[in-house]
Amino acid sequence: MNQLMFIQEAISIAASLMLLISFALLAQHRLLSVLHWFSAQGIVLAITTLLVALISDHDELYFSAAMTLLLKGALLPWLLWRIIMKMHIHREVEPMVNMPVTMMIALGLVLVSFHIALPIEAISDLATHNTLAIATATVFLGMLMMITRKKAVTQVIGFLSIENALFFTAIGATHGMPMIVEIGVAFDVLIAAIIFGLFFTQMRSTFDSLDIEEIEAKAKRR
Amino acid sequence: MKQTLTLWLLNLLQASLMLLVAPLLAGIVRKFKARLQNRRGASLLQPYQDLRKLFSKESLFADNSSWIFRTAPVVIFTATLLAASIVPIIVVDLPSAMIADVIAMTALLALARFWIALAAMDIGTAFGGMGASREMTFSALAEPAMLMGVFVMSLGAHSTNLSTMVHFALNLHHLHPSVAFALAALLMVSVAENGRIPIDNPTTHLELTMIHEAMILEYSGRHLALIEWAAQIKLLLFASLIISLFAPWGIAETIGLLPILIALGCWFAKIILLAAAVAMLESALAKIRLFEVPNYLFTAFVLAFLGMLVHYILEVGVQ
Amino acid sequence: MISPMTAPISEQLPINWFSFTLLSPLIGGLLLAFTRQAEKAFSINVIFSAATFLGSIGLALDVLQVGAHEALNGFFFVDAYNVFLVSLTSFVALTTAIYSGPYMRFEWRERGLPNHRLRLYHAMYQLFIFGMLLGFTTNNIGLMWIALELATLATVLLVSLYRTPASIAAAWKYFMLAGMGIALALFGTILIFFTSSTIFGHSNAALTWTMLYAHASELQPTVMIMAFAFLMIGYGTKIGLVPMHTWLPDAHGEGPTPVSAVLSGLLLNLALYDLVRFKMLVDLSTGSDTAGHVMIFFGTLSLLVAALSLHKQHDIKRMFSFSSIEHMGLMTIAFGIGTPLACYAGLLHMTVHSLVKSGIFFTVGHAAQAMGSQQMDRIRGLIRHHPGIGWGLLIGTAAIAGFPPFGVFTSEFLLFSATLDSYPWLIAPLLTGLLIAFAGLFRFVQPMVYGEVAEHAITVKANMVPIYVHFTLALWLGLSIPAFLSGWYKQAAALIAGG
Repeated sequence: MNQLMFIQEAISIAASLMLLISFALLAQHRLLSVLHWFSAQGIVLAITTLLVALISDHDELYFSAAMTLLLKGALLPWLLWRIIMKMHIHREVEPMVNMPVTMMIALGLVLVSFHIALPIEAISDLATHNTLAIATATVFLGMLMMITRKKAVTQVIGFLSIENALFFTAIGATHGMPMIVEIGVAFDVLIAAIIFGLFFTQMRSTFDSLDIEEIEAKAKRR
Repeated sequence: MKQTLTLWLLNLLQASLMLLVAPLLAGIVRKFKARLQNRRGASLLQPYQDLRKLFSKESLFADNSSWIFRTAPVVIFTATLLAASIVPIIVVDLPSAMIADVIAMTALLALARFWIALAAMDIGTAFGGMGASREMTFSALAEPAMLMGVFVMSLGAHSTNLSTMVHFALNLHHLHPSVAFALAALLMVSVAENGRIPIDNPTTHLELTMIHEAMILEYSGRHLALIEWAAQIKLLLFASLIISLFAPWGIAETIGLLPILIALGCWFAKIILLAAAVAMLESALAKIRLFEVPNYLFTAFVLAFLGMLVHYILEVGVQ
Repeated sequence: MISPMTAPISEQLPINWFSFTLLSPLIGGLLLAFTRQAEKAFSINVIFSAATFLGSIGLALDVLQVGAHEALNGFFFVDAYNVFLVSLTSFVALTTAIYSGPYMRFEWRERGLPNHRLRLYHAMYQLFIFGMLLGFTTNNIGLMWIALELATLATVLLVSLYRTPASIAAAWKYFMLAGMGIALALFGTILIFFTSSTIFGHSNAALTWTMLYAHASELQPTVMIMAFAFLMIGYGTKIGLVPMHTWLPDAHGEGPTPVSAVLSGLLLNLALYDLVRFKMLVDLSTGSDTAGHVMIFFGTLSLLVAALSLHKQHDIKRMFSFSSIEHMGLMTIAFGIGTPLACYAGLLHMTVHSLVKSGIFFTVGHAAQAMGSQQMDRIRGLIRHHPGIGWGLLIGTAAIAGFPPFGVFTSEFLLFSATLDSYPWLIAPLLTGLLIAFAGLFRFVQPMVYGEVAEHAITVKANMVPIYVHFTLALWLGLSIPAFLSGWYKQAAALIAGG
């Protein structure tokens, strides 16, 4: 019982770390630091999965934890890092004139998701149910990141962080979805990642830039 | 009756401790920094000698200065000292803690800030006005962040009374993520409020960047001494506040010679540790550009706010 | 033809038809990915699409005979609602494949589309069809999400096929917005699993459509409403509802024309199908009309905004894509009203819109090839230049605008009657939206079809058969609806209305 309590508290801490990382992702303007935080998110996600695996009776969660660590903590960040290095954009800085505004919106989103999740949390008897509000918030924050960023790479990291947040939701709220769905979703993310890579090289060769605003302006001019 | 008297005496002792130790803390930080830069550095007691030197010098005033300029140092010094006497450092549940809570403490600090800005603008020099405007801009962000950070703790303790909050911090049995958020926010605010690197540099008079020094440029003699001393007390105040809220172990919960001696030792050790940390931080970091300061303070505010949200989401929902 | 009627065990054959219908596009896609000769690829594409269509006919006959049933361990199921969509999908997929032969040959020969891109096009086309059919027939709401995502990813690659700056920008926008929408939809799905796993335990049963439907009243209403909010925004993005519609005109405008045809004619249907499925569940769980009201709101908003935006367009494909948004809005309103009559109208509208809109895109594709531009002010005198294309565009526009003999008129008329019964005040915005869209369509189409031929026009080899087939079917559905189809619509409408 004492151990259970301890793990629950550890999950709470992991949840608040997820929230913190979501904010950190929003606040960074250097590409490489965004990537570092993204990798950290993957690692926290893997740890959370492991913790949930310890208190639930779903053995496949151990497998999920290992896969998460490998894919989201290491492989995807590494692939993105390689792209960034190859295209010499690691020094690029994203201009963010309205950081405080973004942060205020982000805080508002956390409040909204708290409001949304409160009645839902009340009916669950799972030990991890109180993480649902934070999971919802991280989904919203990932979206905010996708909307406010102008560089293709940061948009992709936003997309992948939404994916992380959804995984976190599934882990926290329901101790994970059934295996077949998890595998299907993972497969879709993998395809999406391949398409991202394709687009990057394409954009690089056609526009010599990964800035979406620039690309849209060029597309209009032609 | 006798009990009350003892408590008041202890309170007085605690306040005078703050008053007397404050220059020493400044000296310790300077010594640590010097050592980190491979210098021998001045003696630990150098700040006391500086203060004595300033007190013995003549105070000069500009012709157009008003009574505000003259009275400001006294107001600042008194307000800061009063604020410092509210923080429990050795014994909890002292009379001053009963009278004034953390909001009062913040208000006293705000009063001091208000007067210093007023005095800076009084003479009408360019530097004074510039420093005052910077100070007020940043404080508009720093104060909410600080209040929010302290509020996270008072949410857990269900009180804004500092002594109650110390009791709460002493009896934490669960891991509270919100406390970590509050600590981070308060640390960031403390650095900014005391004008330390990376926000401001207390040892430079570079017009482009200075904030606090720009405001007190016109002071001399004993008036300057009072302001300097107040600044040192403020540093000690923030250090003690953070220690009492987040690492209060060893503080005396009962009255007695032994507990008080232990508390004194613990407090002093923790202050030295904190001074070492400040010195290391200041040696490692570069001063950030002035227009980045709002972002820095805003980050502190966001952290504190997150702490509050996390408290409600993760800690209230469970119980 | 093998008749399912001779089958001794009725369970045996549906599985075969299922496997056949689903495997055909998958195998076709794999085969086409490795087919190097372009000419061969065109015919293989048509053959496999025809096989898929054959399979869906078999499936439909089964349902006609046996009724709704499950297959492959309950992972798939067919009922009156989805089987007609399967047939519709495979039919439009077949005609589009037939149409895309000459169209893509033109792009390949005259406009220098490289060979490997053509291979990508064919493989992704079949993969898209596979995703569509999987999405319609699966019994698992998790798989349903995966199928829609699969179809979306395939179309992202199709939209960016030309690799022009505009097409890449459009595909990126599509990808990002669809990604966000689909994430919200997954979140809603997780929420449903969150409440259903308390009934069924942590297993696939908690995601299985038929199980959920049977136990809908035990699901937590608060969670279901919340989940529906996310699903509405998520799948609404894929339906192209305002304000999540901004990807749609770009994606339609920049991709190859056959892709625009299947996007409008098919993919939007799948998203709407998914949303309506969830609406049925939510209605049963909450016992209120909340979900329907939300759908009516988004539908009306889409109708009005799309009708107005239509007037501001310069690109012919973008113009017709706004018409698609408008019609998806109409269908969303119909299913939102949710009476059997309204659902009947919605299903009929889905059918005729798919047929007519894909037919219009076929003619538009040829028109753009003939005039060398998609800009409407560069397309002039189509009837004189190529009567088939010109009349096709005019008739198609008349049909989609809701002129009497065509099916769109019938379904809109039915929708109006249903609206009068339930929400009379809704008639005003409905009528306004339709009239504005009507004016916009004819304002642009008239100068394009009549008048002198533009000087830059070139002759193209147009394949008019699929166009005629689509319009004839739409006309037929307007004059009289076949009994078996009407029966399906009635059954499905009763199902959706929660009878």
